[in-house]
Amino acid sequence: MASGCAWQCSRPWRWAVAEVTASPAPTLVVVGAQLAGSPETVDIHIDAGLITAITPSRAGLTPPGAQVLHADGALALPSFIDLHTHTRDPGKPQAETVHSAGCAAAAGGYGVLHAMANTTPVTDNPETVMGVWQRGRDAALADIRPVGAITIGLQGERLAPIAAMHDTPAAPVLFSDDGHCVTRADLMRAALREVAAFDGAIAQHAQEATLTAGAQAHEGDPARRMGLPGWPAVAESVIVARDVLLAADTGARLHVCHVSTAQTVEVLRWAKARGIAVTAEVTPHHLLLTDEFIATADPVYKVNPPLRPATDVHAVREALADGTIDVVATDHAPHEDSAKSCAWQDAAMGMLGLETALAVVWQTMVGTGLIGIDRLVEVMSAAGARIARLPEPHVSVGAAARLALVAPDSPWVVDADALHSLSRNTPFTGLSMPVRVLATVHDGRITHAHERSAG
Amino acid sequence: MSINHLVSIADLSDLQVDSLLARAHEFADTTPRRGDLGSTPSACVQMLFYEDSTRTRTSFESAAARLGYSTCLVTASGSSVAKGESLRDTVLTLQASVDPTVLVLRHPENGAPAWVAQGAWCETAVVNAGDGTHEHPTQALLDALTLQRQFGRDGLAGRHIAIVGDIVRSRVARSNALLLPRLGMKVTVVAPPEMLPADIAEWGVGSSNDLDGVVSEVDAVMMLRIQKERMSAATRLDTHAFHAAYAMTTERAARLRPEAVVMHPGPMNRGIEISDEVADGPRSLIVQQVRNGVWLRMAVLEALAVGRG
Repeated sequence: MASGCAWQCSRPWRWAVAEVTASPAPTLVVVGAQLAGSPETVDIHIDAGLITAITPSRAGLTPPGAQVLHADGALALPSFIDLHTHTRDPGKPQAETVHSAGCAAAAGGYGVLHAMANTTPVTDNPETVMGVWQRGRDAALADIRPVGAITIGLQGERLAPIAAMHDTPAAPVLFSDDGHCVTRADLMRAALREVAAFDGAIAQHAQEATLTAGAQAHEGDPARRMGLPGWPAVAESVIVARDVLLAADTGARLHVCHVSTAQTVEVLRWAKARGIAVTAEVTPHHLLLTDEFIATADPVYKVNPPLRPATDVHAVREALADGTIDVVATDHAPHEDSAKSCAWQDAAMGMLGLETALAVVWQTMVGTGLIGIDRLVEVMSAAGARIARLPEPHVSVGAAARLALVAPDSPWVVDADALHSLSRNTPFTGLSMPVRVLATVHDGRITHAHERSAG
Repeated sequence: MSINHLVSIADLSDLQVDSLLARAHEFADTTPRRGDLGSTPSACVQMLFYEDSTRTRTSFESAAARLGYSTCLVTASGSSVAKGESLRDTVLTLQASVDPTVLVLRHPENGAPAWVAQGAWCETAVVNAGDGTHEHPTQALLDALTLQRQFGRDGLAGRHIAIVGDIVRSRVARSNALLLPRLGMKVTVVAPPEMLPADIAEWGVGSSNDLDGVVSEVDAVMMLRIQKERMSAATRLDTHAFHAAYAMTTERAARLRPEAVVMHPGPMNRGIEISDEVADGPRSLIVQQVRNGVWLRMAVLEALAVGRG
């Protein structure tokens, strides 16, 4: 394997987990890292999960017995926060589990995942919320924060017990029927009112159902040539337009999942200019891939919302740069081979994202000069923390030791078989990526280290 | 001339279209019978049909037999397909057992042949024998062959054809709309608004809701079958209203130009989209279409088999 969890988390996973959770967070020194915006090389001293000192490199004392992680000049960024992960747990352990998603998260530099509610059973009740949260704690690879369903069974008919889910120790802040749009305006309005009581947010999968019945791909020339029923761009923006008005009406926070069109960007711009409490995310794949890939007939490119034309790709890039879109969210959607090894119309929608997200965002946003490192930290970590009401992540003394060590100029080629996810449905196989996540530290523990730098 | 796969008309270059049609004309002129072109099977054609078919299946089988190729038929019922074996598993199984040169695939889902053809595991040449509402390229090619034999090899340029009926659900219309304009024909699709695709403006062909306004201006009319099995429950067909406005009735056929011809890909719903008198009358090329289908599919199978050496 090209890279691995630091403690060699080979199967069986559970056994490896037990060992890790049993040991206290060690004293750790990250040697030779760079902080964003500074040319100096520093050592980051970590004890009991907190950053205790940041010193010029090699100047500080290394306590005896301390673990050393050689950063080799990598950038030490706050580990990333994903607002949109499908862990498939409970329900599809062959595709992904909370544990394997945690491994993938660590490999991608993530410290927090928000696990979407479209599991089996649906995360629409306090018990399932607690189960997801507890398995995340057991795995101890990243914080797994459950996202509660808005409606019972994602059916869009009856409101789920949102307050009761929020009142559990897992305390979900985000609620979403992701995979399904909350079509009924009365339910959407009621849900917004309910989350407003605890400063939560409704994360809407914006897809007007009657405009997308049977839709398979973006409505445009490539889908037409393949004879695939189209998913028109307006089916997204028409819902976002309605929902920002409902957010204004209720005073509640709306979060728009996976923005994919230029029209939606325009609606968001209008809403934000009016002071409406709306935030929005974009996926890495919508920043890079276009609907031209439909022509391959390979369902690895089938995703919802669908890949859009280049004009939309450029629009969402610019929106992410100028703040109209707040945050990058992966929409990591693992599928077992059989769900993708079939004809396009039979295939499941979705693609992997956690392990390639940083590299894709770097390539499309940093590499193109659209954003710098400060904005990268914002869209990968800080904005997600604010939306999910988490403490703002920092790499500073006193802060939790949650680091992603990012090595620029460290190209690698994506190999689906080498990813940590249990599934292989990445559209980036064979693509050369410009940067790699060298290591990930989560509350003082090394959860991922490329080529075993851990000593 | 060789081709790798035939999934869409768009896969073919103009040269390939011309070569396939030229070879089909040769077969049509010489009418080779079984065994005329070889007695030892030199290629194997696997027919894999997930939808019912009579004419397309027998046409490919007859074409293969006349070329001296062996055939093997698997249909959706009476095989592992009915037991839920995935399309890839079925193809892998057939590759391991039959080892076909060419796979002729009919599937209810748009894009299924394209997906098989792109698979790294696919070792055969794939012919799309109809996929959902997407394409039916050999039908379009045999229609072009039929029109050429009627109007001359170089006689299609400037000719006008109306394709009439359930356009939105028709893979025949889609493939013909891609092919016939490349041969210089003017194409007008004619249908009630609910049977026209929403994106018809992007097709690059004319469209009309008024058959009576078009019928006297065309050199050929292609009537399509009403596809009740592909209509959703919400789409109710008023058969009487459709018949009154869009059927090729005897009265309407009388308004065609003297030399104009009537085609139908079959199977026909006699009395709904076409009357008995027209279907069996002197303008009808419907039986010739079936006959030409054999010659055209011989040309296609031969080109694919050559491509696989």
